[in-house]
Amino acid sequence: MPYSTKNSWKSIDWVTLVLYLLMITAGWLTICGASYEFDMAKLFDPSGRPVNQLIWMGISLVAACCILIIERDFYEVFAYLIYGGIILLLIATIFLAPDIKGSRSWLVLGPIRLQPAEFAKFATALAVARLIGTYGFVLTQFKNFMLVLGIIFLPMICILLQQETGSALVYLAFFLMLYREGMSGYFLLAGVCAVIFFVVGMKYAEVTMGATALGTFLVSVIVLIVTIVLVYVERKDKQTVRIFTCLSAGVLAISAIVSYFYPFDLNIVVLALLGAIIAYLIGLSIYHWVWHYVLIAFFAFASIGFLFSVNYVFNDILEPHQQVRIKVSLGLKDDPSGAGYNVNQSKIAIGSGGLTGKGFLNGTQTKLKYVPEQDTDFIFCTIGEEQGFLGSAAILILFGGFILRLIVLAERQDTTFARVYGYSVASIFFFHLAINVGMVLGLTPVIGIPLPFFSYGGSSLLGFTILLFIFLRLDASRKER
Amino acid sequence: MNKQKYKYENRRFVIGSAVIVLVILFIIRLFYLQVINNDYKLRADSNAFLKRTIYPSRGILYDRNDKLLVYNQPAYDIMLIMREIQPFDTLDFCNIVGITKEQFLKRMANIKDRRLNPGYSSYTPQVFMNQLSAQECGMLQEKLYKFPGFYVQNRTIREYLYPNAALLLGNVGEVNQKDIEKDSYYVAGDNAGRTGVESSYEKYLRGEKGVEVLLRDAHGRIKGRYEEGKLDVAPVSGKNLKLSIDIELQAYGEKLMQNKLGGIVMIEPESGEVLCMVSSPTYDPNLLVGRIRGKNYNKLQKDPLKPLFNRPLMAQYPPGSTFKPTQGLIFLQEGVITPETKFTCAHGYTFRGGKPACHGHPSPLPLVGALATSCNSFFPWGLHYMLDDRSRYPSVQQAFDVWKDYMVSMGYGYRLGIDLPGEKRGYIPNSKVYDKIYRGRWNSSTIISIAIGQGEILATPLQICNLAATIANRGYYITPHVVKEIQDTPLDTLYTQRRYTKADVKYYSYIAEGMRGAVIGTAYGATCRGANLPDIEVCGKTGTAENPHGKDHSIFMGFAPYDKPKVAIAVFVENAGFGATYAVPIGRLMIEKYLRGKILPESQAIEDYIVNAVILPNAL
Repeated sequence: MPYSTKNSWKSIDWVTLVLYLLMITAGWLTICGASYEFDMAKLFDPSGRPVNQLIWMGISLVAACCILIIERDFYEVFAYLIYGGIILLLIATIFLAPDIKGSRSWLVLGPIRLQPAEFAKFATALAVARLIGTYGFVLTQFKNFMLVLGIIFLPMICILLQQETGSALVYLAFFLMLYREGMSGYFLLAGVCAVIFFVVGMKYAEVTMGATALGTFLVSVIVLIVTIVLVYVERKDKQTVRIFTCLSAGVLAISAIVSYFYPFDLNIVVLALLGAIIAYLIGLSIYHWVWHYVLIAFFAFASIGFLFSVNYVFNDILEPHQQVRIKVSLGLKDDPSGAGYNVNQSKIAIGSGGLTGKGFLNGTQTKLKYVPEQDTDFIFCTIGEEQGFLGSAAILILFGGFILRLIVLAERQDTTFARVYGYSVASIFFFHLAINVGMVLGLTPVIGIPLPFFSYGGSSLLGFTILLFIFLRLDASRKER
Repeated sequence: MNKQKYKYENRRFVIGSAVIVLVILFIIRLFYLQVINNDYKLRADSNAFLKRTIYPSRGILYDRNDKLLVYNQPAYDIMLIMREIQPFDTLDFCNIVGITKEQFLKRMANIKDRRLNPGYSSYTPQVFMNQLSAQECGMLQEKLYKFPGFYVQNRTIREYLYPNAALLLGNVGEVNQKDIEKDSYYVAGDNAGRTGVESSYEKYLRGEKGVEVLLRDAHGRIKGRYEEGKLDVAPVSGKNLKLSIDIELQAYGEKLMQNKLGGIVMIEPESGEVLCMVSSPTYDPNLLVGRIRGKNYNKLQKDPLKPLFNRPLMAQYPPGSTFKPTQGLIFLQEGVITPETKFTCAHGYTFRGGKPACHGHPSPLPLVGALATSCNSFFPWGLHYMLDDRSRYPSVQQAFDVWKDYMVSMGYGYRLGIDLPGEKRGYIPNSKVYDKIYRGRWNSSTIISIAIGQGEILATPLQICNLAATIANRGYYITPHVVKEIQDTPLDTLYTQRRYTKADVKYYSYIAEGMRGAVIGTAYGATCRGANLPDIEVCGKTGTAENPHGKDHSIFMGFAPYDKPKVAIAVFVENAGFGATYAVPIGRLMIEKYLRGKILPESQAIEDYIVNAVILPNAL
């Protein structure tokens, strides 16, 4: 009876559900820890954060039940409608929202404050899944790819206009899903390379080695290596590539030794080598009439172009506070009382936890408000301080397991719609985890996005719950068809 | 298409690996931050714990008769918390605390200047004015409601009940960088004894600081005690001291010495306890307390009469004739003379053509007579026989160093070790000094003036008083000290042990006899009759220290009574001429005051004469 009123409760993935319940419970306890101010009674203050969060947990669970009850097809059928509605809400928010700390992302409805951006994630995931799930849809077609990008970038731009850069960046997570769906790996490679080039280029921008600018040199060498690896993968005539590799290494080594005694700019040598590769590749592509070689040549050329435009991008496109955040995060700027304060105090709080932590409600750094945003974006500090290395590693493993479980679930879907949606969910959680915990541990720049299920905030908890449970609903009914 | 699809399916492993790599990366980072690196734990502690010092109350000082001398008085600091200040009537505030508006603005600017005030935070209390008296602060306390953000904090400062003994008691002041480096007990802003007993007994008086471990939030606000004060340490109050001085006697001595330069030291011979130590001019110790300290200190320091110079310990004068008893002891011990040995005197030391000169008295005369009449010939003879008789010592150098050792054993030439800072050692040369001056060619005649306490010899009034105590004890002394008892702590054995000199105790009775003779008169005369009291057997020796800069200093050394002496004394009056003129009557009055407790009517005229005498350098 494939179309019977089979209860989705029985076929729901219990592993994910248990992980979810574990995380929101741990999250709530952590919020208690972060809000506790040496006064037990305050924990149960009806206007306090623990009680508030408890209410939102209740609302989220009710929402989860509703989502599980609703017919599976509802989500696929109404995907565009939901998306459209949310986009309208996002646009409305830009104009209606009051200015809260420079951001216009909160809708105030009486006592409740909602952040529509948190709900745009599942709506966008639904719309993208619906589009890719359309029969005969091929992602690698240019028109289709542009359509997908349009769906992803539309809410992203709206959120950028709300001055919520962090939430907007989350939409980049969809590229991980797109990679799974067939987008060329070069896009991801290019993205990762761009970040690495930027970071390395900025970090060593002012360092010189003899007459050589170290930043430029390092990036050029990385570009050279990546290009050679790419050629090695594509080219069948491995011998030529090997010879070229040895030759370049030799030239570089000799130049380095010479420049040690007679300082000259080594970058000229590296750029010359790159130029030689580019010329070789263009020659090859014309000779064999193969498109790939041009792409690799373009990659090398674009990378160098990117490197030289980093300074322009940094100084003229980024806002001053973003520049400072990036510099501090790269360790270019040591400013423990200014912009580096958050990260520094966050590291102190986590570091003071030690192996086993100070115990529940016993953290001093978070309690005494040394870490700003300790119950929202910096909630992981409280875990680090009170639960120590063992507790925080356990939470990370729990989270990692949760994401891996989502990937497993996504892979077992029998419809493209459900799979794409599942990957979108997994990618979003992955992005949040990477950026949020990376920030708290001082590895990534300070980008204000919450840690799902842990950070205080009703909108984010409800948003993530909806995001997850729509997928669980889809998964529960995968055999109904 | 299927192959393509299969290829994409494999990408789940790429994505899955990315998740696993990320989690592992984070765990490695966590391990580094939490387990390997210890820095962050230490920084967290200094972040969150404020160790607030609780200051113990400083030990209290009493005199030998349990009269309270120095205690702690509440003082008030005006504190402010910049954050909490609301607009107020600045002029009104300035009038209440007695400053000008310019001073107010300057002080506010200084508080906020992190270069001057590195620990500044607008959330924590800052000192606006410190050490105000109750009167100064009273007005403000009533009107404090008008000035939100201002607070009054209690502290203590020293209060001196008597205007006397300033140099002996000493004072308390803020520690400097050197003190902090030397003793880890102190931190900037702490107070410590700077001079006198306050300084030398600082370790007992200061007590032990307590500490209160408080939790401090990111703004520096106190959020309560850590673990209900489990780690707190209660302060231990400083130990109270009972001084050996008699404050009434001290006050009387200061009264006698007014308008004169000099000092009086009195010691109880059998215990070595200092009964009074007068240095003149003196000042009221309350001048060096609290806010007025700095200003007054500068003023005292610039005073040409040097009121901060503790003369009994620091002034080094030639001891003059008070030195003669030591010479008698040495000659007796060395066998140069016997109590019966007589030397001739013809208005001077005949061996060197009448120099040093002497006054008229019967000749020849024995030791007792020579002491009584302070003969300037007897002792040069003795020194001559000791140093120049080659059958006794092979060289003058060896003979002289034996002489020097006697002097050192009697407390001369080195610090006695009194429990007060700043004591000077005086000066007793050794043979090398004279070898250098006279290129090895010298004998008793060359240095003969040391036999009568002139020449190179220097001694502090304390050393001279100590000699009087040694003679009173007939042969030993106990290192002089001003603290009689330390609460719950025994005194240093230095201050309880008898120290015998190199002269045998049996010879001391001749010296005492000579000094008694100087007061009551002998067949050979007397120089000290002014010290004679009808019912107290005073023994004394006058001295006149030649002073190249002006009139001679007047000195008296004595003890009383003759049997079982209760007090030894040394009096110094600068530029007052012969010892008998001023020093002797002052000594007499002091002895009378101490032993009788009051001055008899017949001494009243002497007291008036002394109190009214003004002997100050002409230039002033």
